[in-house]
Amino acid sequence: MSSETNIPRPATESRLLQIRSEAERHGRVQAAGVQPAGAPFPIASPQTGYYGLPLLKEPQWSWEVPVYFFVGGAAGSAAVIGAVAHWTGRDEPLARDARFVAAGGALLSSALLVSDLGRPERFLNMLRVFKPQSAMSVGAWILASFGTFSGAAALAEIVSTRIDVPPVRILGEAAQALSAIFGMPFSNYTGVLIGATAIPVWNHNIKTLPIHFGMSGLNCGVSILELVGHERSRALNLLGGCAAAMETYEGYHVEMRRDPVINEPLKRGVSGWITRTGGVLSGPVPLALRLAAALTSDSTSRRLRRMAAWISIAGSLLTRIGWIRAGHASARDWRIPLDIPRPSRGSSEVIELQSKPELPQLKRNVR
Amino acid sequence: MASTPFEQKTTAFLTDSTLCIGCKACEVACKEWNQLPDDGMNWSGLSYDNTGAVGHSSWRHVKFVEGKPEPGFGGNAAKSLSWEFSSDVCKHCENAGCLEACPTGSLVRMEFGAVYLQPDICNGCSYCVVACPFGVVQRNEKDGRAFKCTFCSDRQRVGLQPACAKACPTESIKFGTLDQLRVDAVERVERLHSQGMEDAQLYDPRDTSVQGIHSMFIVRGDPRQYNLPPKPEVPTIYLKDGWRASALAAGLLVAATLAAFVASPRRQARSMARR
Repeated sequence: MSSETNIPRPATESRLLQIRSEAERHGRVQAAGVQPAGAPFPIASPQTGYYGLPLLKEPQWSWEVPVYFFVGGAAGSAAVIGAVAHWTGRDEPLARDARFVAAGGALLSSALLVSDLGRPERFLNMLRVFKPQSAMSVGAWILASFGTFSGAAALAEIVSTRIDVPPVRILGEAAQALSAIFGMPFSNYTGVLIGATAIPVWNHNIKTLPIHFGMSGLNCGVSILELVGHERSRALNLLGGCAAAMETYEGYHVEMRRDPVINEPLKRGVSGWITRTGGVLSGPVPLALRLAAALTSDSTSRRLRRMAAWISIAGSLLTRIGWIRAGHASARDWRIPLDIPRPSRGSSEVIELQSKPELPQLKRNVR
Repeated sequence: MASTPFEQKTTAFLTDSTLCIGCKACEVACKEWNQLPDDGMNWSGLSYDNTGAVGHSSWRHVKFVEGKPEPGFGGNAAKSLSWEFSSDVCKHCENAGCLEACPTGSLVRMEFGAVYLQPDICNGCSYCVVACPFGVVQRNEKDGRAFKCTFCSDRQRVGLQPACAKACPTESIKFGTLDQLRVDAVERVERLHSQGMEDAQLYDPRDTSVQGIHSMFIVRGDPRQYNLPPKPEVPTIYLKDGWRASALAAGLLVAATLAAFVASPRRQARSMARR
């Protein structure tokens, strides 16, 4: 009980007199009924949609999906890095290790994708049709092809250390080339996958998502290859710096854009903070570390690069988790699909309720 | 009126909120005929609608759209209250997002135009869930598969009308051929206008990429208060931009990798030592 309401004040006293005189004159008092402040009646209206219940369904993917995006991005990039290292003849051991990273990643990706299914035993149903209009179908085929060829390339690598005969080498070469070709879309198609949906924050960003995810995957692929023993490769440091620079640009782009309603989940709330942290960890931080590594002596450089690699990997994973969470937040925002503008700060729902409703005038039935 | 397997006419629903009395017979009939699981006793606290939305276990859902009450005199009961009911259902879009997105081919178009999910093929990838611009399809987490309205395909195949339409006591849910119902809908709206319900309108988003729906709605007032989106878009319209960006990203990946390796010295000798 607040004491304020009991203190007679000129304003409240004059209101009481006004009510009394109105009652005397008209025999009734015209005033709004009691409306508890802050507790409006739930009402469906063009401003509140259908009681503010979300129209869209939230994604029903489990934790495996962002991890799949992360592993797939790294594996696809590793296949391309390995193939280029081999074709340019610059780094054969790197090419060899990249084959194993790509094959391992493909295996892990498949396991993650299958375990996310509601009916994992039916995963092969994905391969009973090919639908170019479905990013999921195209992705399943890319994964199947990438897995086959990167696995074959890794197998050929193992066999060729025992029996080094031309057929094995030729098959290995072909498999590596094909795994690089399928690795290119595999590293970034997940951006198309989530972009071509009804979730506003995803489809709104479809023009940049594949590039963002592709660069994030490259960043992670480089980092994994460095951590498996290629922390002296100058090419990898250069490539990692390149990816980090692209990610820095992407983060800056998202941060600076002025369309706050649809992109709000990328900036606010838990999803916003995860996306931001992921952006900082995959962009400016590794970029600075890699620059420093390029300029310092050997042992310091290696330490800095290991640090950059771990941070990039964490950033890449957080980026995917952040984007998936942003999709959840976006699906819950009922205003966007209904095209309802957000109320401005000043107006509250109570005031909105007290305004007269625009009810139609009912005419007499003409018939 | 009902189609037989031989006629193969495109059938449709026309759900008229001006006739709906909110009895939820359609919800019950749908649940019984399709043997849908219970969705719990959850009180929404918003209206008499405790179902909330169409989902994996509710293929029909009656919306209770309560309009703004005009405040009564001196704390008395509200003077007037608009109270509309509308039975929501899968829209069976002409250009259906779920159907396009399904990677297993579980979702198919039936001979009478319905979008049908074959439960024996669905592997529960739940991509259709995020592809539906109306938020209709949902995965049953216990079962693992996605479910949605079948347009009573089993009944339609033997010449019967869908269970909800049959159970509707006021003919608020009309069932017939799409062409006929589109004509009927226009007539009905005109008649409602002449009767003074000038805010009655037909919801059938034919000018969007969805290209029209096979379950149309007649609603009063803004369709947004019935959770009907003004501009539903089939997500395949974003694919072109997406794959173009994907190709660009792949090009960037290869170009950056090539440049990085060409710009760096050969590492053969040291690596051989390591091996």
